[in-house]
Amino acid sequence: MIWDALTLQLGYNATLVTLGATLLGMAAGVGGTFLFLRKRALVSDAISHATLPGVALAFMVMVALGGDGRNLIGLLLGAALSAGVGLLLVSWLSNRTRLAEDAAIGSVLSVFFGLGIVLLTVIQTMSAGRQAGLEDFLLGSTAGMLRSDALIIAVAAALTLALVLLLRRPLTLASFDPEYGTAIGQNVPRTDLAMMGLVLAVTVVGLKIVGLILIVALLIIPPVTARFWSERTDHVVLISGALGGIAAYIGAALSAAQPNLPTGPIIVLVGFALFALSLLLAPGRGALSALLRHRRYQRRVHLRQGLLALAHGQPIYEQLTLRLLRAEGYALPDGVATKAGRGRAAKALRDETRWQLIRRDPAYEAAAQQYDGLTPIETVLTADQIREIDSRIDMRGGVMA
Amino acid sequence: MTLELARTRETAPTARADSPLALRGMTVSYGQKPAVFSVDMTVEPGKMTAIIGPNGAGKSTLLKAALGILTPLAGTATVYGKPVAEQRHRIAYVPQRASVDWDFPTRVIDVVLMGLYPQLGLLGRIRPVHRARAADCLARVGMEDFATRQIGQLSGGQQQRVFLARALAQDADLYLLDEPFAGVDAATEKAIIAVLKSLRDAGKTVVAVHHDLSTVPEYFDNVFLINTHRVAEGSVAEVFKSNHLQDAYGGRLAGAQMDALQLS
Repeated sequence: MIWDALTLQLGYNATLVTLGATLLGMAAGVGGTFLFLRKRALVSDAISHATLPGVALAFMVMVALGGDGRNLIGLLLGAALSAGVGLLLVSWLSNRTRLAEDAAIGSVLSVFFGLGIVLLTVIQTMSAGRQAGLEDFLLGSTAGMLRSDALIIAVAAALTLALVLLLRRPLTLASFDPEYGTAIGQNVPRTDLAMMGLVLAVTVVGLKIVGLILIVALLIIPPVTARFWSERTDHVVLISGALGGIAAYIGAALSAAQPNLPTGPIIVLVGFALFALSLLLAPGRGALSALLRHRRYQRRVHLRQGLLALAHGQPIYEQLTLRLLRAEGYALPDGVATKAGRGRAAKALRDETRWQLIRRDPAYEAAAQQYDGLTPIETVLTADQIREIDSRIDMRGGVMA
Repeated sequence: MTLELARTRETAPTARADSPLALRGMTVSYGQKPAVFSVDMTVEPGKMTAIIGPNGAGKSTLLKAALGILTPLAGTATVYGKPVAEQRHRIAYVPQRASVDWDFPTRVIDVVLMGLYPQLGLLGRIRPVHRARAADCLARVGMEDFATRQIGQLSGGQQQRVFLARALAQDADLYLLDEPFAGVDAATEKAIIAVLKSLRDAGKTVVAVHHDLSTVPEYFDNVFLINTHRVAEGSVAEVFKSNHLQDAYGGRLAGAQMDALQLS
């Protein structure tokens, strides 16, 4: 059953829903990247919670007008409207009052969500309200989704995706260096507005599938995950889109196979699994690679210090230093240098003397900047330069091996 | 005050049309406190001008207001006689290094390519000719070996040089720099000043917010002294004098500092 779902063999409707969710995940991942890079990720949480009163009010209005309260386009329009109001309130509060943006987000988010819940409760008591299924907008569900609903979601997600790709340059500049963007003639406030509009679109489109409580995860987790894998904006955008698509695809397929599973939470958990893997395993920025790098560096420092101690005939107290020296065959268990160890120690001391001379000589300024006590001097200076330095050491009667 | 205004009007019409950057009555305030008050400035073409003043005198604010990064309360800015908005393609700006997040996922070459965004438009492909241009600009600031590094791996001075390379890529006529020498190493300072002088020698105009009084006569042709109000404007020989400096710094310069400057 699960395999059937993952290979899109559960019938036309389930396939359409899964593909729609995938497109949505890609749009969210791509759009969310700029939100994350602009450091405004939490604004999306305010936007998503602010959709709820709009959904409820749209339902009531459509029922009052004698129509079908569950019309998806109507509900989404209501959601977009109240989310837009919430967004304007957040930016008004943080720009025009002394309230910081986080406080503005918190206030708008909670008030709108509270209002939405009250309205939902009112709807529950209405005669037409019982079958409304509006609770699905909280956590998302693909169960009972109409073919037309899935089609609307797929088209809207595809449009959003296209728009983000069209605006990638202004969005990058507004995120990295808005002042420079303004200076070269970009309308940065309008770019910000477009970005928020895109986020709003993703949120509203994703309401039915992911639910308003968790849509923020689909906007934030993929870019954060993608950041582990690349140092380039365009790559982060693409990877984030792919990760968002994968998470949404797997989540929607699983939930189509097991209709009792809520779609949103599954998508978020799949996204989190990808995040956890990246956090641990990504080269460069991953935790494991950082740990290994740190350990390797620490060992080089200890080995160098140990060799210098041997050269000076000083005792070695640190266990790690001693262990490393022994492992390299430079010292005996009691801390006495071996023949190889004496050679290496003398070389370390000679390099140290060379470095000291270089750092005092302005002619070697560029090379001296690379001094960290570890870098082999042969990688910084040419053989001729080293000979020149050595001749000076000889003249001063410095330590030579 | 009336005298001051009359004098400005007298010289304004001709000078303003030719000036790479002319400000009139520029006023910017944060809340109720003006940071820059009714400042007139007429930058001379083909020269290097330093904007000098004490901390909080509104040097960077003036530059940002001229560019429209900050919205002025009052006043106008013209670039070669026309509104700034119509002349963006002739202006290159080097912001303060501290104004951006250096952990941003972008490489040195990508930052320089941003200088070509106006030319590339929304969808224009980045072609080899653009990459070559960016690489050439990096070479001019001595950073060609760092093209594919993540920007966070650079030292402060190297970051500043990348920002300058981005401005060079724009191939502008007017270069505005906000504290280009703040917190950079001696090698970078030398590299930057060499590039700026080569721009001037090619007929471009350079305006830089500057804080190191001791290097003013060596680096710059003209000086604009500001302390919220305009204090003085003109060539280094005319304006960089103890009476003007004491006006701008409000007696905050010690006698020893003044002596060290060896003012004419």
